[in-house]
Amino acid sequence: MASGESVAARWVSRQMVLLLVVLATLPLWIESIGLYPYLGVEIAIWMIYGLGFNLLLGYSGLPSFGHGAFFGIGAYAFGLFQLRVFESLFLGIACAVTAAFVAGAIVACFLSHRRGIYFALMTIAFGQVFWFISIKWHTLTGGEDGLLNIPRPAFELGVASAGLGSNTALFYFVLVVLAVVLVALWRLVHSPFGKVLQAIRQNEVRARFVGYNVWLFKWTVFAISAAIAGLAGSLFSMAQQSAYPDVMSLHASGIIVMMTLIGGGFVSFWGPVIGVAVYFLARDVLGAVTETWLLWFGLIFVLAVLFKPEGIAGAWQQHVGSGDRRSLARRAVAGFLSAGRK
Amino acid sequence: MALFEARGIHKRFGHQVVLERIDLGFESGQLSGIMGPNGAGKTTCFNVLTGQYKPDRGQVVLAGEDITGLAPNTIARKGIARSFQIMSLFDEYSALENLLIALPEVRERGFTMMNRLDSDSAAADRASTVLARVGLAGRERQRAGDLAYGERRALEIGVALAAEPRLLFLDEPTSGLSAKAIAGLAELVQGLKRDYSIVVIEHDMQFLFGLADTISVIHWGQVIASGAPEALRENKWVRRSMLGGKA
Ligand SMILES: Nc1ncnc2c1ncn2[C@@H]1O[C@H](COP(=O)(O)OP(=O)(O)O)[C@@H](O)[C@H]1O
Ligand SMILES: [Mg+2]
Repeated sequence: MASGESVAARWVSRQMVLLLVVLATLPLWIESIGLYPYLGVEIAIWMIYGLGFNLLLGYSGLPSFGHGAFFGIGAYAFGLFQLRVFESLFLGIACAVTAAFVAGAIVACFLSHRRGIYFALMTIAFGQVFWFISIKWHTLTGGEDGLLNIPRPAFELGVASAGLGSNTALFYFVLVVLAVVLVALWRLVHSPFGKVLQAIRQNEVRARFVGYNVWLFKWTVFAISAAIAGLAGSLFSMAQQSAYPDVMSLHASGIIVMMTLIGGGFVSFWGPVIGVAVYFLARDVLGAVTETWLLWFGLIFVLAVLFKPEGIAGAWQQHVGSGDRRSLARRAVAGFLSAGRK
Repeated sequence: MALFEARGIHKRFGHQVVLERIDLGFESGQLSGIMGPNGAGKTTCFNVLTGQYKPDRGQVVLAGEDITGLAPNTIARKGIARSFQIMSLFDEYSALENLLIALPEVRERGFTMMNRLDSDSAAADRASTVLARVGLAGRERQRAGDLAYGERRALEIGVALAAEPRLLFLDEPTSGLSAKAIAGLAELVQGLKRDYSIVVIEHDMQFLFGLADTISVIHWGQVIASGAPEALRENKWVRRSMLGGKA
């Protein structure tokens, strides 16, 4: 089937190269359009977060409204490691990813026999529990103020080393992490595992009768998705040099859902990537015009869900002719239904 | 001993007793038919035998092993595949992908995360072979949800076949098909008989009598008659439910 494809094409796609090139040149032109380099750091971090999130929502049809918890756990774990153990970039990240994975794995034990609205409600409940803990457990988390003055450890790998103190250096580090996540997830969604996840989204009952342990697949994908959120969270605590409860709030968890849907996570791998870029641009561009920008953005979101459920990625696919409107919209609606089905 | 046995299966939903006491045996290499009027509990019986529901009493035995109450995926891995009366496909997937996902070799690699499934041409070939067998050659790339009704029925059987089962359960495969399509399906099932042990629930008497080695009639939650088709033709219960079922 894929015999004509080169080895490289099975690992990276054209869109991936395009995205990485655009992002890699971002420090060169971002200021000329009136924005600032740090925005690139945020965008790249949230793209990682969104890609991991869409593994659940878009690919598995599992709506998590509490994913901020794992992002936050990653941020706190990274910060605590730097402040309480010792300064280390890779060990800090490993600690964050592990913490989020373990938390996700535990939560998933309570969720994996569910789907739809019950699943969503449970994720909200667990998200709130973690958020509450982050506020109340002062001695560990610093309460409402959070952890402050988290250092940015230097990047050291063999002979190569670089400080990440400047936002540009941190940006390129985050970009490399994003590239790794992109390639890994691109492989994953085309792997047998990824294909089974999509089968489960479409028809959980049949997947079971074909011989798949649906519970275990849901559990695994939830834990992986949480681990990726934790990875993004660790980068975010480095970017902000702090970790605070806000990222774990219901509001913050809702935003990643919104980004993914606006971008078109149900019809495209690129949905969350597009959604994240659009969100941050809207925040800074609309935000410069009006303080109530989120209200307008929310309104656009509602209209998009109603009239363009296939999102921006879907609109793009129609535009370039790689998909027709009807089938894209149908795929998106099927996605929504799968996420809402009991 | 029969390849598959149901012993004294009892199943109720709330106060409604659907299966009172079901005893069935399916022999290896045979096509066993199950008939009975609408609402008699045939599908429920399949659901109990394939793991969807736990029976309240009774035993399900596959080749001497007690499989009562095991999960559907566990039972499927022991070599039991089924089709559904109400079609149950992966609608967004192409016809080929529907079969790929059901292949045992893909199932064994379900947790493989870094190899692309679409570069596994051996699996794709196997899936294509199954697709051709159920008469859907050339439909590989078509989205399952876009196939014609009769083609979806064929794919429904294909997904079960792709699992290479020791025992194949088909729940009303003719349902909704035209007379011509039913004739085609009979030919397909006749061919499958050579390679598989099959159990078919069927409303269409002519279809079943032409194919089955033995038939069991389920009514009032019990097996009220069973035997070779010729013997059953004379049975008064069968004649009655034949008249009722043909409507
Ligand atoms: N999950 C269920 N919950 C409650 N009642 C059910 C359920 N499944 C089947 N039944 C009832 O069991 C009876 C038999 O249904 P079914 O097995 O589908 O019959 P058949 O396949 O012989 O037409 C019907 O009265 C149906 O309403
Ligand atoms: Mg039925």
